[in-house]
Amino acid sequence: MSILRKALTTAAMTVALMAATGAHAETKRIALVVKALGIGFFEAANKGAEEAAKELGDVEIIYTGPTDTTAEGQIEVINSLIAQGVDAIAISANDPDAVAPALQKAMERDITVISWDSGVAKEGRQMHLNPSSSALIGNTIIKLAADHMPEGGDVAILSATSTSTNQNIWIEEATKVLPNYPGVNLVATVYGDDLADKSYREAQGLIATYPNLKAIIAPTTVGILAASQAVTDAGKIGAINVTGLGLPSEMAGAVASGATKSFAIWNPIDLGYAATMLAYNISNGAKAEPGASIPMGRMGAATLDDNNEAAMSDPFTYDASNIEQFKSIF
Amino acid sequence: MTSFLKSREALLALAILVLLAMIASRFPAFVEPASLANVFNDTAPLMILALGQMVVILTKCIDLSVAANLALSGMVAALLNGMGVPLPLILLIVLALGAALGAVNGLLVWKVGIPSIVVTLGTMTIFRGIIFLMTDGAWVNAHQMSDEFKALPRHVILGLPVMAWVAVVVIALFAVFLTRTPLGRSFYAVGGNPHAAVYTGLDVGRTQAIAFVISGTLAALTGYLWVARYAVAYVDIAGGFELDVVAACVIGGIAIAGGAGTVGGAVLGALFLGVIKNALPVVGISPFWQLAISGSAIILAVAFNARQGRKAGRIILKSAEAGA
Repeated sequence: MSILRKALTTAAMTVALMAATGAHAETKRIALVVKALGIGFFEAANKGAEEAAKELGDVEIIYTGPTDTTAEGQIEVINSLIAQGVDAIAISANDPDAVAPALQKAMERDITVISWDSGVAKEGRQMHLNPSSSALIGNTIIKLAADHMPEGGDVAILSATSTSTNQNIWIEEATKVLPNYPGVNLVATVYGDDLADKSYREAQGLIATYPNLKAIIAPTTVGILAASQAVTDAGKIGAINVTGLGLPSEMAGAVASGATKSFAIWNPIDLGYAATMLAYNISNGAKAEPGASIPMGRMGAATLDDNNEAAMSDPFTYDASNIEQFKSIF
Repeated sequence: MTSFLKSREALLALAILVLLAMIASRFPAFVEPASLANVFNDTAPLMILALGQMVVILTKCIDLSVAANLALSGMVAALLNGMGVPLPLILLIVLALGAALGAVNGLLVWKVGIPSIVVTLGTMTIFRGIIFLMTDGAWVNAHQMSDEFKALPRHVILGLPVMAWVAVVVIALFAVFLTRTPLGRSFYAVGGNPHAAVYTGLDVGRTQAIAFVISGTLAALTGYLWVARYAVAYVDIAGGFELDVVAACVIGGIAIAGGAGTVGGAVLGALFLGVIKNALPVVGISPFWQLAISGSAIILAVAFNARQGRKAGRIILKSAEAGA
């Protein structure tokens, strides 16, 4: 930016401030920080953010993140965003605590900080948008399995890493609702570390260890795919149903082969859209405090709880009837 | 015979048997032939990569880019498949690509003289970056791959899937190549004593570059097998797998300082890790302990290596020896 342009911008801002019309002289730059670049889910969230930007008109989306899912990588990204002087950061964190100090630094410089999808510790953000409520997801993943095993039976959970914030909360909620599903017997929880090969081996291990296994619940996209492949290779299609959370574009093959009868996910497009709307509104003066209701465009309004957290909507179930329609979207 | 029994390979084989016995006591079905065949098949990629890595380590280098090469080659294979290229042609193109990627490493080590750990640390990131540029981070999923493409590594011949047979063929070729050919022996010579190798007319840099090409080609072969087996290709596949490969070599007694190591050692080292990886899910050990157990096995193996490899040393001054 040349000195002249800088001076002009400053002048424009001053004029705008003096005019005090409330109109925005500059476009809002909202950074969508994701766990890692190259994950389908986050690419879809970016689509939603762009949709919100188009709707709002005066918003520029900066879609960024590290190349692998590390907190260190995200801290670097956050620091560079602070240096660029963005207006708002909406982050899906790799570690709730590790990124908090960098985000606090951003807030000290009047940058609006919200977290979405995977949360940040309370002191590191103004609010957190959960894609759904953890209780609802926990219930949904058990229900998905129960729906296809009327006589009941053994189920096992194949998670991401043993320290993944999201997965651990969902599994905790899932165990809470188990008594509501009398036939469903949870026999094991194993961790595939979101690696295709380790998840595949863990699924094989479950198949070998529990002969009466009726369903594998994988609340992670890498895990559900690997488990579907393991069940297919073991010739157990029909005997073991793989379900959980996955992306339609990735799960189309598993649904077609019958290894997966149904699975759920919220709409990442909606999530990116809602996060952008919230970041925009808070940056424009909406107060993020317990009890507050902040509008998020076509998704309604987010009502904050005591921890300044809000839930967007219910997860959505995908099966053979609608997978064709959604697989090209995300 | 007695020298074989004292050899590292025999001890490692014994360790694997003890491991299997321990696992069998908790989960007897693990040692059934079908299950063991499955473990061998699952370990095939690790064995193939470990042999490639072994050749590189023999020449005093290290190739950290194998997993990234695997991911890039696998992605190219999946994309070519999506364009309708026939499978034999895909394999040829991918193997050539892997060799070329290996040659990049090799030339940088040979002609530019950068230490191999730095070169491959760089290319490791570059290769994964290239995948990202090619795909914009999109995944290639099962329904986007042809059935033929996915079926080849799974096709069973004489009780073992093709993927396992590929490993068997590679092991056999390497056993002959490293012990019976001038080039195979030159890897040992170059790593064992580079200065002496130069005097015998061996080009150290060129030999190292060839080792990288071999490692790259095998990584590409594994890339296809991996992508076809797990029926998914994306930027992060086999993330961190290069460390498993190096660990397999280290456990197998391939001297990290170069010049020493056997095909049998590398294969057994890979199998040792493979047995642990496959057994941990079924023996019911807490996942929180799994990483610690794998790690301890590696350290134990290296410690053992260091003790065995220590030269006795010649005593020059008896009095000084006593004093110290």
